[in-house]
Amino acid sequence: MKASAFAYARATSVANALELLTAHGERAKVLSGGQSLLPAMNLRLLAPELIVDIGELAELRGIVVKGGVITIGALTRHVDLLKSPEIAAHAPLLTDAVAHVAHPAIRNRGTIGGSLAHADPASELPACMLTLGATIIARGPRGERRIAASEFFAGIYETALAPQELLVAVELPVPHKDSTHFFHEFARRHGDYAIVGLAAQALVRDGRFTDLRLGFFAVGDRPLLARSAGKLVDVAITSTVLSEAFSALDEELDPLEDHQATPAMRRHLAKVLLARCVSSLLDRPDLRAGASA
Amino acid sequence: MTTAVAISLSVNGEHVEANVLPRLNLADLLREHLKLTGTHVGCEHGVCGACTVRVNGDIVRSCLLLAVQVHNATVETIEGVSDSGEIADLQTAFRERNALQCGFCTPGMLMAAQDLLKQSPCPDREQIREHLSGNYCRCTGYQAIVDAIETTALARAGRLP
Repeated sequence: MKASAFAYARATSVANALELLTAHGERAKVLSGGQSLLPAMNLRLLAPELIVDIGELAELRGIVVKGGVITIGALTRHVDLLKSPEIAAHAPLLTDAVAHVAHPAIRNRGTIGGSLAHADPASELPACMLTLGATIIARGPRGERRIAASEFFAGIYETALAPQELLVAVELPVPHKDSTHFFHEFARRHGDYAIVGLAAQALVRDGRFTDLRLGFFAVGDRPLLARSAGKLVDVAITSTVLSEAFSALDEELDPLEDHQATPAMRRHLAKVLLARCVSSLLDRPDLRAGASA
Repeated sequence: MTTAVAISLSVNGEHVEANVLPRLNLADLLREHLKLTGTHVGCEHGVCGACTVRVNGDIVRSCLLLAVQVHNATVETIEGVSDSGEIADLQTAFRERNALQCGFCTPGMLMAAQDLLKQSPCPDREQIREHLSGNYCRCTGYQAIVDAIETTALARAGRLP
């Protein structure tokens, strides 16, 4: 189908975009890469009165690493993240994750800001933001607001952003230089919506986790930073410890039913991912089969 | 403000000026206004890949791009890369290997394949499949398409036996 009629404004600056959003509020939608917004409009799931196109605001584009913080502009495209030597060096979890986001033609347009503001619970980047402890920076009529990723995602396609606010950047603390990561998702076909996925960052010393952050996606109405990771930190991991972590994880999950999977299947796959993650990060092949127990 | 917006862009090397409604997508601009019907419209929500074109050198879904967004951009379609001879060898390989049947997906397949071959001259079959993962073919089962692209890559690298 085609999108219904709407008015179009090409923002000339962040200030100009904010003026338009302030004037039109919920009747307006921000267009950055358009790779989630335009399908929704073509399917008539969304019919905004005004599109505010921020695509030409070069000031919102780019990756800067400075003083232990990676700042990524909202208009930075998936392909920019995928090919960035700074991201590969400092946040390789993101490089791995972005390779799973849709397909090349979509990664050439889709942006990190768009993905986060869209807040699809099956998206990779929102979960990565939780795992990496990101801060989301929004600008609105009353100035700038810094929102912890853990406070940002509020439900299916819902975030802490007000209709008058624009997501302008994200900041990530550079992970510890010895930390390792794991990323995997189950999907019907490479690039399809994840059935369940896990983005993990860890510190391992002497065969134990000293830090472990598990960001699951497609396991509920928003990405989940699993508290059950705590069960695996500062202990020798045995199959019993892993089973306890599975049980704790199961209590945190609230999977949705859709055409791809039942909640029970998602619960099972989340455990499979956790087992593979722990096994891979600790280099313990013996733990890999744990989820079938 | 739902009135037409003036845009100017380059399409296959030709300067184009148009007045378009904001809701018009690039695929429809190409097909309906410029009569470049090689770009196909399948799903209209970014799943099938039949509408793949190049904008400023990058492949994109023309159904997920508004015509107003390509103001000042350089657009290349299957007609452009065919006429210039850029993909003549790829087209020959598709024909010889029966990598098309109905042909609906073929323009998008060729655009995606050429994009891959420009970025990595000698991709393996897994990389070819991954790069084409966003392009549906409902006839061939992909095997022949992957073969044709692999053959073209080897030929371009001078590595065909």
